[in-house]
Amino acid sequence: MKLSNLSKIAIKALGNNKMRCFLTMLGVIIGVGAVIAMLAIGQGSKNSIKAQISEMGSNMIMIMPGAERRGGVRQSSEDMQTLKPADYEAIVEQANMVDKISPMVSSSGQWVYGNNNYPSQAQGVNTQYLDIRQRKVVEGEMFTEADVKTAAKVCVLGKTLVDNLFPDGTDPIGKIVRFGSIPLTIIGVLDEKGYNTMGQDQDDMALVPYTTVMKRMLAIDYIQGMQASAVDENLTDITIDQITDILRQSHKLRADQPDNFTIRSMQELAEMISSTSSMMTVLLAAVAGISLLVGGIGIMNIMIVSVTERTREIGLRMSIGATGRDIMTQFLIEAVIISVTGGVIGILLGALATWLIGVFANWPVQIDPFSVILSFVVCTVIGVLFGFYPAAKASNLDPIEAIRYE
Amino acid sequence: MAKEIIKVVDLKRYFKVGDETVKALRGVSFTIHEGEFVTIMGTSGSGKSTLLNTLGCLDTPSSGEYYIDGIAVSGMGKNERAKIRNRKIGFIFQNYNLLPKTTALENVELPLLYNPTVSAKERAERAEKCLREVGLGERLYHKSNQMSGGQQQRVAIARALVNNPVIILADEATGNLDTRTSFSILTLFQRLHKEGKTIIFVTHNPELSLYSSRNITLRDGHIVSDEYNNDIQSAEDVYRNLPVETE
Repeated sequence: MKLSNLSKIAIKALGNNKMRCFLTMLGVIIGVGAVIAMLAIGQGSKNSIKAQISEMGSNMIMIMPGAERRGGVRQSSEDMQTLKPADYEAIVEQANMVDKISPMVSSSGQWVYGNNNYPSQAQGVNTQYLDIRQRKVVEGEMFTEADVKTAAKVCVLGKTLVDNLFPDGTDPIGKIVRFGSIPLTIIGVLDEKGYNTMGQDQDDMALVPYTTVMKRMLAIDYIQGMQASAVDENLTDITIDQITDILRQSHKLRADQPDNFTIRSMQELAEMISSTSSMMTVLLAAVAGISLLVGGIGIMNIMIVSVTERTREIGLRMSIGATGRDIMTQFLIEAVIISVTGGVIGILLGALATWLIGVFANWPVQIDPFSVILSFVVCTVIGVLFGFYPAAKASNLDPIEAIRYE
Repeated sequence: MAKEIIKVVDLKRYFKVGDETVKALRGVSFTIHEGEFVTIMGTSGSGKSTLLNTLGCLDTPSSGEYYIDGIAVSGMGKNERAKIRNRKIGFIFQNYNLLPKTTALENVELPLLYNPTVSAKERAERAEKCLREVGLGERLYHKSNQMSGGQQQRVAIARALVNNPVIILADEATGNLDTRTSFSILTLFQRLHKEGKTIIFVTHNPELSLYSSRNITLRDGHIVSDEYNNDIQSAEDVYRNLPVETE
């Protein structure tokens, strides 16, 4: 039978009972609205975590000496001496997937300027470090390759250090501060970043050429680690493989020997953090999903009542030539119209609620198009599923009895 | 001889109620030709409702043959019978059975909605024509609950006519109406009869046989009389002579 005709019949039948139709829809509307809003909140918080991590450089790769697991006593990775400047040079020469790379050596100590002092580290890096960490020098300038080569006594300070060493607001550029016993000239100030997700002050930082830290402060011939960035965020894994190969070769490791270094990517960290937020999202969506289910049961309930109430009408339709299939299709269409219309209104309402939450509660929210499509599909399925039993019941009525039903 | 519209041969219909078998029809045979206006009479329990259900293809006989417009219905499945009802039969019920909150036009269009060969335009045209035929040309858009019983039954008659059926089956079509309205409806039936329509009118009111061309009386599942009426009374005359009720 013509589906358009049956749709017309179904729409007409629903129109005859607007209030009931609306109340039935309400279950679906609230269910879908809740799903949309909950998923938007979940997605929003996930995104904001992701954004914070990518601010730290989502394509960042950390290379540390030593393996993650090894029998016996474990050493602090900083004390292990498996990474040499030669390794760094090998990676620079051979690894085409690596965009930027910087050796890392750090020394703890007291920064002193005049009467003021502040305990912090001197971070030994090269000139590419700023790009890897997506930092900028806002005053003065970064040290140069030449400074690195000559182990120049220069430094670039973070805001926290500047504030503590120059509480009176003096321009720090060109001033000479002492780190331990070594005088360093301030040539630049880093941009202000505040605290990161893990609660670290990203401004409590002082950058010094790594050669200066190695030769003048620590007097070592190894490096404590490296930080690199992959050419593309999505190619991090391949980049890690490439670096591993280069380092194994450079360390002359046999196939049966474990790595004597560890490589971690920021992405692993990101996944770990966002998995917590994913779990929350699933929980929220499950609660919302239950209310959607209850909405579906509401549809079934009303449709069953409606079939009983409209027995005479069904009998009439059958006696003038509607087949059981026609009746079934009509009731299914009615159920689907209720659930899909409810779904669409629910999506709009959910979007509105999401927007309100974003504006008034100031939560990070984002409506995922996937969640919209999902709830739309779920609505249709619920309509068919919960409409099926009443529709089958209607189509199985005996027209002789139905037409005389009082 | 006119075309055979309905032919039943030794029609039997038994129902099982618990351990007992109720024999509603115990071998009924007759033929109705095109253009006849047949009343089927009988008290309750005579089997006339069962006969009507069978003639209307709502029920299948336990045994016997039934042909409508030359088509054998006895062995048909549910869906085929639904199609026969849709194309060949026009039903009129005692309680009208109009869809509530629905306009006259939409009610009359209903049978055509289940016929995919009829376009929306044709549907509306035919429904309107039928409503004019039963004298409701001015009330096309009145809702069923805004109309009197007589008007509702006229809508139902229009609905029975809209699919150009070979037979119109009326089940106590005047049973719920007062005398005056009954005769106006009967007048309409007589007019349709004159126009060549074939009508079966099931009733328990013996008076109505005066206005039909043939009367079949049932008792206990048998035909006890089958007589042609050569002196058909005019329902219109009776209607005219009835006093108009004034309040």
